[in-house]
Amino acid sequence: MTWTKLDKFCLVAAIAALLALIFPLAGVDGDTGKQVAFVGDIPGFAVAMALCVIAGSAFTWLGVGSVTAGMVILAIAVFGCWQAISVLYDYGVAGYAGPGFWLFIVSLWAFVWRGIDVIANFHSLDRTKQHLANFVVPVAFGVWLLFVWEVVVSGFGVPQVLLPPPSMIGERFVNSTDILAADFHQTFVKAVLSGYVMGCGSAFIVAIAVDRVPFLKRGLLPLGNMVSALPIIGVAPIMVMWFGFDWQSKAAVIVIMTFFPMLVNTVTGLNAAGKLEKDLMATYASGYWSTLFRLRLPAAMPFVFNALKINSTLALIGAIVAEFFGTPIVGMGFRISTEVGRMNIDMVWAEIALAALAGTAFYGAVAYIERKATSWHPSFRVRRH
Amino acid sequence: MTLKQVVNNVAEMPASKKAVVDIKKLSLTFQTADGPVYALSDVDLTIEEGDFVSFIGPSGCGKTTLLRVIADLEQATGGEISINGVTPHEAREKRAYGYVFQAPALLPWRSIERNVTLPLEIMEISKEERVKRAQEALKLVELNGFEKKFPWQLSGGMQQRASIARALSFDADLLLMDEPFGALDEIVRDHLNEQLLKLWARTNKTVAFVTHSIPEAVYLSSKIVVMSPRPGRIIDVIETDFPKDRTLDIRETPEFLEIAHRVREGLRAGHSNDE
Ligand SMILES: Nc1ncnc2c1ncn2[C@@H]1O[C@H](COP(=O)(O)OP(=O)(O)OP(=O)(O)O)[C@@H](O)[C@H]1O
Ligand SMILES: [Mg+2]
Repeated sequence: MTWTKLDKFCLVAAIAALLALIFPLAGVDGDTGKQVAFVGDIPGFAVAMALCVIAGSAFTWLGVGSVTAGMVILAIAVFGCWQAISVLYDYGVAGYAGPGFWLFIVSLWAFVWRGIDVIANFHSLDRTKQHLANFVVPVAFGVWLLFVWEVVVSGFGVPQVLLPPPSMIGERFVNSTDILAADFHQTFVKAVLSGYVMGCGSAFIVAIAVDRVPFLKRGLLPLGNMVSALPIIGVAPIMVMWFGFDWQSKAAVIVIMTFFPMLVNTVTGLNAAGKLEKDLMATYASGYWSTLFRLRLPAAMPFVFNALKINSTLALIGAIVAEFFGTPIVGMGFRISTEVGRMNIDMVWAEIALAALAGTAFYGAVAYIERKATSWHPSFRVRRH
Repeated sequence: MTLKQVVNNVAEMPASKKAVVDIKKLSLTFQTADGPVYALSDVDLTIEEGDFVSFIGPSGCGKTTLLRVIADLEQATGGEISINGVTPHEAREKRAYGYVFQAPALLPWRSIERNVTLPLEIMEISKEERVKRAQEALKLVELNGFEKKFPWQLSGGMQQRASIARALSFDADLLLMDEPFGALDEIVRDHLNEQLLKLWARTNKTVAFVTHSIPEAVYLSSKIVVMSPRPGRIIDVIETDFPKDRTLDIRETPEFLEIAHRVREGLRAGHSNDE
């Protein structure tokens, strides 16, 4: 067998795991002057390392050809990750991780990379299997990133004020669901949703009006670009003065942020229908409204959804930032600014996680509706062939 | 002329002599940045009810422009044109046109059936009636069974047939077809030509048909209009008298070849004028 046929990722995994057995697992405790832990004292960890060496060398020769092999590799990696976490927290290596430990993480990294790679390249005509593969890849990747974050932060003993490990954030998240729920309700349900609906809805209607008046089309769009360049930092306090501390002022900020992306996109979209199609409607003596609803609005939908997606992220950012400038004592932005002041960084991160979840779900929902509503569009339909 | 013949002629008069399109001294000049483009000049033409008129001529001679003027998509800059005795604009408001463009122009978000019912929807015809007429129109172009498909799931030829079905779904006085089969291969084209002829024979529609192909023009038409470019004008109008139920076999007859020859001569003359 030639050198090129060897599976290089598995080779790296095997070598790194072998070296991990040789190098010291943990550093020296400053007080006692002794090494914190030895591989020999931790059977689970020793087994994981040995497994990595054996599986690494085996797959270096065999190659990782099938999804099953990829799953085996991932299973070994999962076991290794579990042992690494256990070493950190149960055997006091946290803050004292040595070269042996990091080499083991490198070995796991090579395995995970190879395993995800194999599954990502999986193609099947069986839809459920394909969906499963499409689901496993991002999840496995995300979990791996969280693991690396956890291990690096606690392995090096990074101070929690700088960056808490995800386990701590998760714990905080689970233990403060009632606060988070109240903040979510205030910021997302009240401010974001209403601001988003008002901003996008009014811009949509104005776009249709603007489209009928040529001088507005010319005059309003440059103005629109100027307004969308306004910094929310400047606008937010003014909105708070105008509309008070509660969600209304946040909704107003969101309306300002979302209005022009929607306006510009809708006006562009209304001109997206082809000349041929417009001529076709003309030969049927189709009136303005009939052509609008039957041709121009459907043709504009991809543009409209583009704006809806952009705005779904803008709206959340706008609401959170606007809350920094005055709010009742609830809300995601409010919580972030006060908990930072109290050095409760884990709570800040829990809010960030909540914002990420809400933002992703919101964007995902809009993208899903887009898929259903504009399934005719080439960017979606090519995937079906 | 015997008395019998005269009586016959008189009896036929109202049926065959009603002019659907009447064009006198029509001209159209496009004002462009590089100066005027004389797309049409001095066009005189009558299309009678039940006629199948083919327009043939080199690229850029104004065939599309003429069809667009008839359909009120373009305004003539000189001369007169009337459709069924009224202006093109009024005729358009009365939904007199079924226009088949060079490209299918199907709306991608509508199924084939809903594309075909589009004009009926605009004309506010009831739902059951729409579906019924779409069925009939799709049967005429042999697309029944494809109602629920979307345009991109059909081949180019099928899409063009769907667009013909759309033009047939409402009872337009005048069917305008701008190189509908231009992008299709010979065999599909022959087949669609046959179907179109059958359809014409059955429905007795008035058709204005643009083509680049001499055999296609001769095979389909009751009247062939030969055009020449710069400025676009009519140089010959040839009447044919093949029966309406003609078959592809007539293409081997001497009569057919003679007409084809005359068309070719006309085109050649138009070209030499141009130089
Ligand atoms: N909107 C327009 N503005 C300016 N010039 C135009 C316009 N439409 C057509 N023309 C010009 O008018 C002339 C006739 O065009 P037309 O499209 O009618 O030709 P055609 O006979 O249909 O050609 P083809 O067989 O290639 O389709 C061409 O010289 C073209 O450049
Ligand atoms: Mg043309």
